[in-house]
Amino acid sequence: MNNINPDTNQEFCVIGKRIPKLDAAQKAMGRAEYIQDIRLPGMLYGKILYSKFAHARIVKIDISRAKALSGVHAVLIGEDVPDKMRMGFYKDNPPIKKGKVCSFRDEVAAVAATTPEIAKKALGLIEIEYEELPAIFDPEKAMEKDAPIIHEMHKSNVLNLPWHLDYGDVEKAEKASAFVVEERFTTQWVTHCCLGTSGAIALFDAKSNLTIHTNTQIPSLAQKDFLESLKAMGLKNKRVRVIKPIIGGGFGSKLDTYAYEHIAILLAHAVRKPVKILFDRAEEFKATSTRQPTVIYIKQGCDKTGKLTFRDMRMVLDNGAYTSWGATTPSVMMMPITSLYRVDNVRYDAKCVYTNNTYAQAMRGYGNPQATFAIESTLDMLAEKAGIDRVEIRRINKNHPGDTTPQGFKITSCGLSECIDAVQKQIPMDGPKEKGIGTGIASLIHVGGGARIYKSDGCGAILKMDDYGKVDIFTGGTDMGQGLDNITAQIVAEELGLFVEDINVVHSDTDVCPWDVGAHASRSTFVAGNAALGAAKKVKETLLAYGSKLLNVLPEDLVLRKRMIFSAKDPEKTMPIDKLLRKAHFSPQGKMLMADFFYDPDNENMGKDFKGNLSVTYAFGAHGVRVHVDEETGKVKVLDYVAAHDVGRAINPLLLEGQVYGGVVMGLGYALTEEVILKDGETMNANFRDYKLFTAKDAIRIKAPVVETYDEFGPFGAKGIGEPGCVPTAPAIANAVYDAVGVRITDLPITPEKVLAALKKKKG
Amino acid sequence: MTTPISFILNGDELFHEVKDHWTLLHLLREEMGLIGTKEGCGNGECGACTVIVDGLAVNACLYLAVDLDGKRLETIEGLAGSDGTLHPIQQSFVDEGGIQCGFCSPGMIMSSKALLDQNPTAGHEDIKHALAGNICRCTGYVQILESVEAARDRLSEQAGGRNE
Repeated sequence: MNNINPDTNQEFCVIGKRIPKLDAAQKAMGRAEYIQDIRLPGMLYGKILYSKFAHARIVKIDISRAKALSGVHAVLIGEDVPDKMRMGFYKDNPPIKKGKVCSFRDEVAAVAATTPEIAKKALGLIEIEYEELPAIFDPEKAMEKDAPIIHEMHKSNVLNLPWHLDYGDVEKAEKASAFVVEERFTTQWVTHCCLGTSGAIALFDAKSNLTIHTNTQIPSLAQKDFLESLKAMGLKNKRVRVIKPIIGGGFGSKLDTYAYEHIAILLAHAVRKPVKILFDRAEEFKATSTRQPTVIYIKQGCDKTGKLTFRDMRMVLDNGAYTSWGATTPSVMMMPITSLYRVDNVRYDAKCVYTNNTYAQAMRGYGNPQATFAIESTLDMLAEKAGIDRVEIRRINKNHPGDTTPQGFKITSCGLSECIDAVQKQIPMDGPKEKGIGTGIASLIHVGGGARIYKSDGCGAILKMDDYGKVDIFTGGTDMGQGLDNITAQIVAEELGLFVEDINVVHSDTDVCPWDVGAHASRSTFVAGNAALGAAKKVKETLLAYGSKLLNVLPEDLVLRKRMIFSAKDPEKTMPIDKLLRKAHFSPQGKMLMADFFYDPDNENMGKDFKGNLSVTYAFGAHGVRVHVDEETGKVKVLDYVAAHDVGRAINPLLLEGQVYGGVVMGLGYALTEEVILKDGETMNANFRDYKLFTAKDAIRIKAPVVETYDEFGPFGAKGIGEPGCVPTAPAIANAVYDAVGVRITDLPITPEKVLAALKKKKG
Repeated sequence: MTTPISFILNGDELFHEVKDHWTLLHLLREEMGLIGTKEGCGNGECGACTVIVDGLAVNACLYLAVDLDGKRLETIEGLAGSDGTLHPIQQSFVDEGGIQCGFCSPGMIMSSKALLDQNPTAGHEDIKHALAGNICRCTGYVQILESVEAARDRLSEQAGGRNE
């Protein structure tokens, strides 16, 4: 690891250091306040009643007994919700349903009461008569002509979304290929399982301005959603203030606004008191969104030398009953499909289909794990067919710095080759075979320099310095546990010659923090980091100008380091930074130092053909795994795991490793154990006993070699790393299982039952 | 029905009238305002509410408050010194990256404390076993296990120092 600042040729003071999370001590003491812990004066408690059917007409609804219960302040049903109050980009989802329900998680009524117990009791007093309708749970069947239509306003269950691309000549390339493989893959519903359940508190002031305390990864876009809700409620030109408490886990779950938030707003407006809605664990499983499940058809081919000739993929996505970001995951699936390894001829088509199941949202990796599972599994199949070593085929086709991919992605730095080397070094793939033991490898590409999926990919930062050399930085970025506060503080401290403890990062309140598109797409280190760096550079310039005057040294000769400003040529000419700040402040026409900066990366929205340089830079990585497969039980045991990532530069290796380890284990759950089991649309395992997360008992030692490529556009060379850790995990495991016992599992998760069934089939 | 109980909370003797159906978690969070103990599931499946009763790690969400009568209770609020110095287990979780979102951390730390109080030389497998009831979604457990190992070493160094 090179820890020299290329600008100053001196060793970094703060960048590259294993600095513990700034809020870790508060959290370790139990003092961090989550939404669970916030109680406002006069607050009421809201609860939501959900549908009893997957698809039914609401014939009659009687709330009179619930309303009459002592302590109940409001009962709302679908008829109380303004027509224009709709959630999701497709606007098909009112926060409380009217007339008809389309899934078990449909909200049919909500109550506000003085205690959670009374609110719950009131839900039990609401009487609803349903008339059940034929339901459909298989997205491929939902595409058939005679399938029941879920939303009558649409003529078909297939959503009108444009997910189709076709680059080069796939058919010609297929004909010219020496080897072709073809397979069908399916991936399941999994869910975020944030340890802190969802919740919000809404309150209106005397002028009907809204304050909402809510767990969100998108404070600015949530503010926009809530403003639209207020407008629909007839509250025009009002203000919305979004306050984020400490967030008990994000992983993409908080990238959209949810019914419970809009219902809290409706209830708070109805009672003119603060209303809190807090999910219990079962509700968290049933009524928050999942990762997008998929049915994937893939064909890949190569020539005699192993060079990829084409990739042809088609997907059917179970959209569930309503539309959230899950339906846009194809936009990110396109990235590995067109750009993981060099392949010129690519075709992709995805259909999102309404069913009466739960609906999907964003989840760490945003479609990339699903697509990469199919791509990397079939790459091993192709290598075997072509008689080429599985690591070699990846080397032959690897991406290179300077490449432009068929989708128009401009690869700046690319450490894929080094990542494959690192994997190969830790887990040799060509060693002698032991019975039941297998190795697997899979690679990844992900956005590492923002992702322009919205009109702006920007983030603002406001920085001020006080008389004592301390900094407050107000960032649009969101820390949800991943450690953006540290990254922000370390970048600012390095740039201004201060220590991390001199930097206070404020990220929690839209009243004081500038706009940001959200904590998604592994963009925060890169985009919020560059925003913080931009603000720090502006303040630095002013500091140097003052220092130049006071020390009689040219600004370009001045250095800020360890709370001092000094001349690089004559270190005798020096002054503490805080003293300089006071001199600047307490002089005629005095000045306090502050600066703002809005960083919007120079990336491109994808065009109609989905071409465009989505991210300023791309993150690469390769994972290797050694497993043991028990042929008697079908159980897969992970023996060794290596996750090598090109991160540009490790701003904080301690936190970086935490992101990789956490991502890998989330990926292992996806590969091996996790699944939300829906039976005719109803969640069967809404608890941690039956939804199988990895526990400490299953923990494995993971090696996480870091490849530093010093991206020219990243803050101090850094790229994003939030999501990549969970992207290539499932195919690495699937490939290792195949290597161990010769069965290819194409349906996630790879449970003992599936392995046993495949072994049985293989033996005949 | 309410029952008067007395117990020792983090060294202080307390009296409380508790309703018979209250859980210890309810008593701590809702009645006493001690928010450090977290509720992750309410069903004894996640360990976020782990506290120590008479030396044993228990899920406060499953433990009835009335059963606390005459017992000694330790919660996360009682770990740090009165001067604000973190307990060595807390400090190790901070230093080794054992904390991300932090929601599981109080429970993890209390489970770790119950283990290390009983078995100051706990090995890697002992630690994995002791934390098996505490779910973490952020860390993949790697840095949590490292934190507990570091805490064990720190504590044994301190104990060694005292013995010399």
